[in-house]
Amino acid sequence: MRARALAALALTAAATLGAAPATPDDGAILHALGRLTFGPRPGDVERVRALGLAAWLERQLAPERVGDVAVDRTLGDLTTLAMSIPELLREYPRPDPAMREKMQGGQMTRRELMERYPPEKRPARIAGELAAAKMLRAVASERQLQEVMVDFWFNHFNVYAQKNDVRWYVSAYERDAIRPHALGKFPDLVRATARHPAMLYYLDNWVSARADFTIPLGPNRGKKAGLNENYARELMELHTLGVDGGYTQQDIVEVARAFTGWSIERPQTEGRFVFRRATHDTGAKVVLGQRIPAGGGQEDGERVIEILVRHPSTARFIATKLARRFVADTPPPRLVERVAAAYQATGGDIPGMLRVIVAAPEFWGPKARRAKIKKPFEFVASAVRAVGATVDAQGAYALARASAEIGEPLYEAQPPTGYQDVAEAWVNTGALLARMNFALALTSGRYPRVAMDLPGLVAGADPARPEAVLDRLLAALVHGQAGQDTRAVLAAQLADPQITQLTADDRGPARTDVARLAALVLGSPEFQRR
Amino acid sequence: MQRRTFVKAGACALVALAGPPRFLVRAAAGAERQGKVLVAVFQRGAVDGLSMVIPHGDPGYTGVRPSIGLKTPKRGESDRALDLDGFFAVHPALAPLLPLWQSRALAVVHACGSPDTTRSHFDAQDYMEAGTPGVKSTPDGWLARAVQARPKKPSPFRAVALGPQLPRVLQGEAGAISLTTLDRFDVRAADDAGATRRGFESLYAEGVRDLLHGTGRETFEAVKMLRSAGAARVPPANGAEYPRSPFGESLRQIAQLVRAGVGLEVAFADMQGWDTHVGQGAEQGQLATKLREFGAALAAFARDLGDRMADVVLLTMSEFGRTVAENGSRGTDHGHATAMLVLGGGVRGGKVYGRWPGLSRQQLFEGRDLAVTTDFRTLFAEVAGTHLGVTAAPLFPGFTPPAPLGLFA
Repeated sequence: MRARALAALALTAAATLGAAPATPDDGAILHALGRLTFGPRPGDVERVRALGLAAWLERQLAPERVGDVAVDRTLGDLTTLAMSIPELLREYPRPDPAMREKMQGGQMTRRELMERYPPEKRPARIAGELAAAKMLRAVASERQLQEVMVDFWFNHFNVYAQKNDVRWYVSAYERDAIRPHALGKFPDLVRATARHPAMLYYLDNWVSARADFTIPLGPNRGKKAGLNENYARELMELHTLGVDGGYTQQDIVEVARAFTGWSIERPQTEGRFVFRRATHDTGAKVVLGQRIPAGGGQEDGERVIEILVRHPSTARFIATKLARRFVADTPPPRLVERVAAAYQATGGDIPGMLRVIVAAPEFWGPKARRAKIKKPFEFVASAVRAVGATVDAQGAYALARASAEIGEPLYEAQPPTGYQDVAEAWVNTGALLARMNFALALTSGRYPRVAMDLPGLVAGADPARPEAVLDRLLAALVHGQAGQDTRAVLAAQLADPQITQLTADDRGPARTDVARLAALVLGSPEFQRR
Repeated sequence: MQRRTFVKAGACALVALAGPPRFLVRAAAGAERQGKVLVAVFQRGAVDGLSMVIPHGDPGYTGVRPSIGLKTPKRGESDRALDLDGFFAVHPALAPLLPLWQSRALAVVHACGSPDTTRSHFDAQDYMEAGTPGVKSTPDGWLARAVQARPKKPSPFRAVALGPQLPRVLQGEAGAISLTTLDRFDVRAADDAGATRRGFESLYAEGVRDLLHGTGRETFEAVKMLRSAGAARVPPANGAEYPRSPFGESLRQIAQLVRAGVGLEVAFADMQGWDTHVGQGAEQGQLATKLREFGAALAAFARDLGDRMADVVLLTMSEFGRTVAENGSRGTDHGHATAMLVLGGGVRGGKVYGRWPGLSRQQLFEGRDLAVTTDFRTLFAEVAGTHLGVTAAPLFPGFTPPAPLGLFA
């Protein structure tokens, strides 16, 4: 009862958006767009102002009520996205080892191999299309907050798309285990990921069995199997309690025992969850001091999840990560406390926690403004959005590769920690150069399937007045958030004959190289922040 | 069982045949302190030290790994563990490193690890890179502090990490740079790249002193120096062939930087994929494939640098080791101590250092893992102290190294 009352309180607080300015200026709207979307497109600030910040946020928190026809149409070109795991296993078979041997033995040419096993029929296509879809949605979806949260939760429950059978499971994992709950209840994410073949495979639980289990049939008949701790450890360390959440090595063993039998049915043809009674450890378990009686079967794992998602350490850990994503690399402790309280009061309701964050003075305070460095994926998507470009499926493929070049290959974080969400992980010499080079490539048209109208961004400014062009561009791309130094440096660039081209008789500026100027803005320090 | 120390000399008959490479002679002759380079290599994911350097002489090794244990060495047979000193052996996939062992350029420190008992990859890597086990608030990495402790030099290339991110170990005030490919380390504009480069450069030249601007300034210094040194055009020497993999590429490019004379003092590279919970394999298989790449890259690096290795030490590390017993999936779970390698000039190689804790159940840490007998800081402090001439105090705050292992002549 008390929990429900508190939840209601949280919701009321949300409607007024707490500490948010009552009549937000452009800076406040830009701040909200920088944190809750992949960056403003031309016209977004005006649209949010017209709708009102609170109403806009509530719309974003209910993505099912936001139409997204254009994106859905383009996603239709990425045919693997909607396919089931058995279909993917059938349509994108693993390479036939006999064929590879034939080629190595010289009985088959490389060309024949390519004909028999063309790239578009290879399993790599599945993760490739998923990466393109992720980029496309980040750039173009109207359901921006949902896409931000899908990225956030996938990273939280990370799986590595290149680990063997995960290649066939990864798109279904995001679609069926992450996306439906991205703005739902946190415990549902734990439940859905725990039994998804992608997670079962990635963290090896599918092969974990009670100690001294003897494999009764198949190629490994007669061999011993036993406990594998991988999932049990990461479930507590990374998914729920956090590394300092108060569990011991013995808890890890007990949780691993509870999850024995949670496995994958025919991983290479069906790939669905199965509970294998024969490999399950039927004994009693004690997890974080709570006894799980013997004979629980599949329910043992479900009991463990319930213990973990109700634990105060989980509330604090999830609150910390959300506050780090939306507020600052070092999250304000008082805010973390309030978000954790919202978790406890609402049973881990994600919109409830997000409302607490957006209503917080810590979210709006001067220390939070532009305090976050965009990670590479965010940077690429925000640059494409800022110039108002449109992207087709092929263009999205190319942009996903750009994210990889800047240091964030999509779906390819190998360790279970996923990608880090702090500046130090992303700001370094090589990555900074890669960002500048991406800005150059983007604005100079080296991404042919990413269409933009750069002159349109500065429409109305007299091309013979380079300073006017610059100001219009700064307004369009960084909405007046460029520092004095940046403005001065860019103004000095206007003297460069490459940027300001003179008329034939040298009597004055004829044309300003908007593309090069735009690249400098997108590669500037200001644009790396959100 | 008696605890025993493995400090054996001359156990390997092949040593006499191989003869020391010239760089060792030069190192022994007391090459000057100038131009010393330390290359740190991180095996991320916790390498199974017991399969990398196999304690085949320990009776406790027999039987605990029915499907992933290595066959004990036999003279003349290359598809099983390769003997080092009668007690330890290396994995057969590391065969390219044997000549370096035999010429005493390569040493092993076994049962090495952290005094902290975490089995979390993330925390253990963080502790090892910060150099402060158990303390998360350390703002910088120990290699960054090592560079800062040395006399100031104008080069932007004093500390370099190969890879898309600057690792924790080099974060801090050392101005370390990171890059993936030397020949793409520049502003790439279609025309007049110089003007565009100057444009970006001036954007980062002014303004607040924050991480972003500071990194920007370092970037352009490095770009300019690299262009004039032409490091990207230095081909591998002495017929060295690196594996075509990100790790092989990292070591190849570190060698380029060493030979281009850009003022490199500390370099860092890492290799992922050591977290072998399932189907680890024995002489062949998952771990063997990883070790083959690892060993080939290290051997190519030593060969490529040739005489220049006299000034270079390569040190490998991993966040922890793996369970002594094989788990239920023919793999290994997170353990405690592991083995680390030290290769290069001045190293008294051909020897396994560290007190061997033993593999019988009562000797294991928490009844399951190889115990740590050498704190990783002891090893790191000795390498940094001897090779780079810096004291342990700023590198490993609060830590007083015990007697050195005696790794260096």
